Amino acid sequence: MRHVLEGSHAVSEAVRLARAQVISAYPITPQTHIVEQLSEYCANGTLNARFLRVESEHSALAALIGAASSGVRTFTATSSQGLALMHELLHWASGARLPIVMAQVNRAMAPGWNIWADQTDSLAQRDTGWVQFYCENGQEVLDTTIQAFRLAEWVNLPVMVNLDAFFLSHTYEPVDVPDQKSVDSFLPPYKPRFQLDLANPCAFNQLAPPNIYMEMRHNIQMAMDEAFTFFEQMEEEFGTILGRRHGAVEAIRCDDAEVILITSGTVTSTSRQVVAKLREKGEKVGLLKIKLFRPFPLNLLRELTKPASKIAVIDRNFSFGASGIFAQEVKAALCNFPGHPPVYGYVAGLGGRDITTEVIEDIYWLTKNSTAPENESSWVGLREVDHAVGQS
Amino acid sequence: MVEIRFHGRGGQGTVMATILLAKAFFRDGYYVQSFPLFGVERRGAPVEAYLRLDQSEILIRTNVYTPDHVVVLDQTLLESIDVTVGLKKGGWILLNRPSLPANLDSFSDYSLAVVDATHIALKNSLGTRTQPIVNTAVMGSLARVLGIPSMAAISEAIREEIPRQPKANIKAAETAYQKVKLVGEIEKNMQI
Repeated sequence: MRHVLEGSHAVSEAVRLARAQVISAYPITPQTHIVEQLSEYCANGTLNARFLRVESEHSALAALIGAASSGVRTFTATSSQGLALMHELLHWASGARLPIVMAQVNRAMAPGWNIWADQTDSLAQRDTGWVQFYCENGQEVLDTTIQAFRLAEWVNLPVMVNLDAFFLSHTYEPVDVPDQKSVDSFLPPYKPRFQLDLANPCAFNQLAPPNIYMEMRHNIQMAMDEAFTFFEQMEEEFGTILGRRHGAVEAIRCDDAEVILITSGTVTSTSRQVVAKLREKGEKVGLLKIKLFRPFPLNLLRELTKPASKIAVIDRNFSFGASGIFAQEVKAALCNFPGHPPVYGYVAGLGGRDITTEVIEDIYWLTKNSTAPENESSWVGLREVDHAVGQS
Repeated sequence: MVEIRFHGRGGQGTVMATILLAKAFFRDGYYVQSFPLFGVERRGAPVEAYLRLDQSEILIRTNVYTPDHVVVLDQTLLESIDVTVGLKKGGWILLNRPSLPANLDSFSDYSLAVVDATHIALKNSLGTRTQPIVNTAVMGSLARVLGIPSMAAISEAIREEIPRQPKANIKAAETAYQKVKLVGEIEKNMQI
């Protein structure tokens, strides 16, 4: 049944429907309404889960690593500095092959203090071995969070579901909340492959010397490959039961596009409108949404961008000293592919600055009218600032 | 698509008004989107919130810059904020105040509606004398101004979402629906 739900609460409903068993979170800024709602569900018995209110995000994830090791379904939510504080344990969760699910509201890193939309927080964690999704609306957030448990438990890897601060986390819109029976048939109870068990005592996460460590890392990569394959199959099943598919990537009018815009998160939704408008004017523009960032959908990207003569990547994130991070990934995916379209990188909307329809249109025209891309990212909508240091 | 901007102060229920209206419009078959001005919340500070409605799926996920209508829950904001920024010509400005402003010049491009939501809220014991909660009264008056959503949908949204004093809130909305004064084009013509 469809309800008008806040993006944060779309996550909470998904976690309720997924019957998470242990939820651990730090409740102070930059936390969102996600765990507020879940703590109410745990308190009033709607959800039969143990809610742990801990003293930091580091502890939140540490508690889940303990809980998940005992073989239960686990969830946490965080943002920006909170995610950064978890960094050490992000590696631990994936290395220990624990299927923890996290909702991550994309907020800018401080200082200066800023709680607004920016993806640099989660993209800075790209090498921690977590599967990463980026969602564009409340429905996708709800569906993806449910799917995240299934995927995590299939490949024994932790999964991070990312949603833009405010533009998604604090926005109310109609969302279909599936019934419990449908979700149960898609997501059966968690059956751990290994767990802390008094009847079968084992020690986990022991010394891994050079003769075994590398194979363990390769296993994680194999699990990432499997995550990609299984994602397709899982979405088929989800679609059969619940009637929706979102795709690891989604190509919109890319078949005959000369310029393809590549987006992630809520910018995709606004870009759909811009692309439709430009198409009405006869512009040959397409849109490629990247939802699955880790594992990165290399082959899909190569295939779908083939027809284009130019690619424009919009990044609401930045790697200092380099460029927008999605642009890097796209370039890396295409570089060994002779004759691939040139990649134009644009950085926009950092720290919650609005990426309006005008900004997206500007990016399209800049790309169309340009002869060759610059090596660096172009910063869109940058105001003139005084770069001098130590002057008043 | 119709875009409505709400101005209020923290504690008056401005954001809740947009959420409840979103739910009411959704009940009446519209696609909706509502969100607060993205910022840090403080009681008493100026608050902005937005509502979008359309007959088809709403794809745009940006701030609202050129609203079709504006709703002002606290008349003291008029002294510090230009509530007409970006407002489309002919759009409604719904003001919570006891009577019409003496000088209507600054509203001459728009249609004006006035409701004493503070009085109605206090009559229905909503909030305190110093902090009346005016949002449900404002919702009722907006339903009259726009002709949508239905009062039935507003009542249902209030009943579902407001655990405390749902009856008093519905009564406030209904009273405001009756009492709102639509000045609109007529009054402007009289001014000319």
